[in-house]
Amino acid sequence: MSIEVKDVSFVYSPGTAYEIRALDHINLSIPDGQFIGMIGHTGSGKSTLIQHLNALIRPTSGQILYNGEDVWAEGYDRRRLRSQVGLVFQYPEHQLFESDVLSDVCFGPMNQGLSREEAEVQAMKALRQVGFPESEVKRSPFELSGGQKKRVAIAGVLAMNPQILILDEPAAGLDPKGRDEILGQIALLHRERLITIILVSHSMEDMANYAQRMIVMNRGQVAMDGAPGDIFPRIEELEGMGLSAPQITYIMHELAKNGLVVQKDATTVLEARDSILEALGRSRRGRREKTC
Amino acid sequence: MGIIKALKLGFDYLRYDDDGNVEEKYRAVDDVSLDVEAGEFIAILGHNGSGKSTLAKQINALLLPTEGTIWVDGMDTAKEAEVWRVRQKAGMVFQNPDNQIIGTVVEEDVGFGPENMGVPTDQIWERVNESLEKTRMTAYRNHSPNRLSGGQKQRVAIAGVMAMRPSCIVLDEPTAMLDPIGRREVIAAVKELNEKEGVTVILITHYMEEVLAADRCFVMDKGKIVMTGTPREIFSQVEKLKEYRLDVPQVTLLAHELKEAGLDIPDGILTSEELAGVLCQLK
Repeated sequence: MSIEVKDVSFVYSPGTAYEIRALDHINLSIPDGQFIGMIGHTGSGKSTLIQHLNALIRPTSGQILYNGEDVWAEGYDRRRLRSQVGLVFQYPEHQLFESDVLSDVCFGPMNQGLSREEAEVQAMKALRQVGFPESEVKRSPFELSGGQKKRVAIAGVLAMNPQILILDEPAAGLDPKGRDEILGQIALLHRERLITIILVSHSMEDMANYAQRMIVMNRGQVAMDGAPGDIFPRIEELEGMGLSAPQITYIMHELAKNGLVVQKDATTVLEARDSILEALGRSRRGRREKTC
Repeated sequence: MGIIKALKLGFDYLRYDDDGNVEEKYRAVDDVSLDVEAGEFIAILGHNGSGKSTLAKQINALLLPTEGTIWVDGMDTAKEAEVWRVRQKAGMVFQNPDNQIIGTVVEEDVGFGPENMGVPTDQIWERVNESLEKTRMTAYRNHSPNRLSGGQKQRVAIAGVMAMRPSCIVLDEPTAMLDPIGRREVIAAVKELNEKEGVTVILITHYMEEVLAADRCFVMDKGKIVMTGTPREIFSQVEKLKEYRLDVPQVTLLAHELKEAGLDIPDGILTSEELAGVLCQLK
């Protein structure tokens, strides 16, 4: 279950005055089970790229291979592909349309050919997995809070049992706790259901906390591809692309400048704490609870 | 009396059944009293559903209080005759820039507000020029708004509000959709308006770092204002903020963690320079 992006380019409105090359010879390999974070400034090509991954957009040139098969080959079942590669858009609340939460989440699996009863089983399972309270499933999705709407939208995609889940800014506009809850649920899905996650986000802190691998997009190209600990210390390059590093990285650089021997590649609060304690020659005394 | 003053303000959202009877009542703002001086920069924090946006919409009379009174520059927003003047005094910028831009060219969009107010044409242009200058968007005046980045679009929206010459600007999560540079641009523009033009700013945000620009913050929970203070006073209370589903800036959290681990560090560290200073003394 892997995706290969082979030399993909995409041009909007080719041959007109508005021609824009949104993707420029992209090559990527997305093996099973990774938690990938994707960042890039507005207009860097992130959204165009993720829409290629489930064949919503056809590349102008190049190939998208899913398990070795070209998804644009004649006779390829792209409908099936779209249920295996689930996409949650930037405003998940815009994806809701049914009169109650349960029916909304049932839509996907019923579209796949399940009966209402079978679909409900899938839907309830998905709603549980995103932490949506069972007592609320008969409410209208439009009465829910922003965080709950996002959960329902994610459940709607999850109910189709995707192998790969792509989320475009799932936490934008949520309060800090709501953001941690949603991202925590996504991390749990990744661990327990072994789903590949591709998370698009503008929050460098979220990337540092959750992603195993980061893909940095810039002007339609993959500018960097690696672990957060390798990418974030490259602060100047990131800022040149309209991005930044997590606050922690800036703090560690500031400390190093002041003569403390700390790890400059620390990207989370806990890593930073441990590195500072070590630099000061203090032991950690076995404190290990989670803070974020 | 300050530029914005509220006394025992309350707001209920009502849900009606098919016959038009009230079926459900939800109290979104509850017994809020506040007094904001002209020229202040106020940040409002609170989890989703805590009543921040409902409060903000009452400042420019998009919503009218169920209970209590709110005055903007001495005008009671509930008086229908004052509504337009209230909205000119207190401009509003929302989360999604795409929902509030209507012009096909940047300068046209910025001119919409004053034109609507019946300002004479030559003065409209004057105001457009001035507002674009203040938000550093002059270079984009002939661009189409849909070709701008999120941060630029928000600055156009802010320029549009500024063209109405408000004395107060209310921003409801203006950076939630933006990339890091866009966020920085918008906050810098807002801060400059506050410092140079003396515009009163009410900023609603979930980004704790953005709160540092404020003179005072209000923390809301269940429709009430539960904490008030300078950013430093507020962020010194890490545990209490967590109870309200909020965070502190990462540097403050790191300082808190180090203190818990036994280092001698004061509460309410807000910048990496401060932390570096403290740690270097411990070396």
